[in-house]
Amino acid sequence: MASTGNTGGPNNRVTAMLLLPTTLWFFLLLVMPLVVIAVYSLGERAPAGGYQPALTLAQYGNLLARLKAFTNTLTLAPLGTVLCLLIAYPLAYYLAVKAGRGAKPFLLTLVIIPFWTSFLIRTYAWIYILGGRGIPRLLEMIGIEDVRLIYTPTAVLIGIVYGYLPLMVLPIYVSLEKLDKSLLEAASDLGASPIRTFFQVTLPLSAPGLVTGSLLVFILLMGEYLIPALLGGGKVFFVGNALVDLFLQSRNWPFGSAVAIALVGIMLAAVALYLTLVGRDRDRQNVSVL
Amino acid sequence: MRLYAAAVYLFLYGPIALIVLFSFNSGRHAASFECCATFWYSRTFNNTFLIEALLNSLLIAGTTAVLATIMGTMASLALQRVKGPLRLIFDALTYIAIIIPGIVIGIATLVALVTAFDILNPWIASLGLGDARSNTLSLGYGSVIAAHTLFTMALVIIIVRARIQGMDRSLIEASADLYATPWATFRQVTFPQIFPAVMAGFLLSFTFSFDDFIIAFFVAGSETTLPIYVFSSIRRGITPETNVIATVVLTVSLTLLIIAQVLTRSRADRGGGKG
Repeated sequence: MASTGNTGGPNNRVTAMLLLPTTLWFFLLLVMPLVVIAVYSLGERAPAGGYQPALTLAQYGNLLARLKAFTNTLTLAPLGTVLCLLIAYPLAYYLAVKAGRGAKPFLLTLVIIPFWTSFLIRTYAWIYILGGRGIPRLLEMIGIEDVRLIYTPTAVLIGIVYGYLPLMVLPIYVSLEKLDKSLLEAASDLGASPIRTFFQVTLPLSAPGLVTGSLLVFILLMGEYLIPALLGGGKVFFVGNALVDLFLQSRNWPFGSAVAIALVGIMLAAVALYLTLVGRDRDRQNVSVL
Repeated sequence: MRLYAAAVYLFLYGPIALIVLFSFNSGRHAASFECCATFWYSRTFNNTFLIEALLNSLLIAGTTAVLATIMGTMASLALQRVKGPLRLIFDALTYIAIIIPGIVIGIATLVALVTAFDILNPWIASLGLGDARSNTLSLGYGSVIAAHTLFTMALVIIIVRARIQGMDRSLIEASADLYATPWATFRQVTFPQIFPAVMAGFLLSFTFSFDDFIIAFFVAGSETTLPIYVFSSIRRGITPETNVIATVVLTVSLTLLIIAQVLTRSRADRGGGKG
């Protein structure tokens, strides 16, 4: 291998051997499967389900048949990300700036624990809370009747915020923790109001954490299945739910493959757009600082 | 500010507490609550399907974590010596493995494996290896482990490589100057330095695999993992038993978390004492 460094022959052999299992895995379980669904997405559905070889774009032309799943995903995923952000930021700020030294590690662990426990079960808990005998029942007691929460977009959004909040808090916390506190003092010494200090110093400096957290949550939400399946009850469904339906129920592999590839394409485009916007915004801020 | 933090913690822990509370329900129905019985617990622990699902999940998560940690660490060590296009390809594949939604990985693996098995099975049968009537290769533990290992291996590579980059390289050079063999250098210098990252990668891999529903849902074939069991029991209708299972799962993952904390801490303390 000409591309390796200045090490000798036996070292190259060691390097190759160390990389062998990973290469095998990447090829057999990542590259090959992706190529297979790309090929299938150009095929036709066999009469009994599965795949029949063909070379057509018909499956992609048919994507509009699942338009609702795409529009649901593309509205609720960004909305859920923003809600997570709005709720996570004050908590991260509290943990990084306001919390006492002694309590901080404990409070931080408390945020991490739900992240390590079963996502499925944490979502399941909300079936109770939002279901007929949960919050609607309590509201009935104080005279507000006929509130329906479960199987609504609101229920799905609550599930999203609940599930992904820890993932948003941590990166923001890390960037706020790294922030040089003397900058805050300098701002207040120079007569800036706390609000102005926040918007001109704290918020811009915590931007990397905001971007990381939003990307993590958004990317995971684009492929979400469990939350809409449990809290959306077939009424509010994501592309993920359409995919399970297409592959496991109707066994329409070619169309399912096209939907999967479209999902990945849209997700990558959205991430690229977001990063461009964030980059441009940051440039503008740099200009305004000058 | 403090009040706000308290409210968020209540939001995070309220639902979990509710599930645990409802698992001690003595009533017949999940929705009404009568305190307090462990009746549903004894019933749940006699449920052989559940125990089997739990054991399957532990087996799959354990194997996945071991494979992902070993292979990921090996690749990380090798990649620091690789430059040029090969390195770029590896970096790209690592990020692709992480960024592609789990559901798409599940689907792609399912379709690819079923296609490959359809080609390979008659071939194996014609060679006289394995039974001609039943398929030698089929979806099961192996495919779940393989698919989980792909994603978690990529995580391990990212975590361990970050640690290797922050490592003190002069120690490795000093060790080589002192005529240590590469293996001795690895064991006595490199490995202790990257150990926290390796451990973190192992735990993350285990948790991810133990918790994963969607990939296993596609590629587990007729096998059941704990999340698949819980999901289908929720679908069948919520009973107090579901709450007991949920409580048991929460207890298992919390126990693992505490064990992990203790392990990494005692190890770190020893390392600190030496330094």
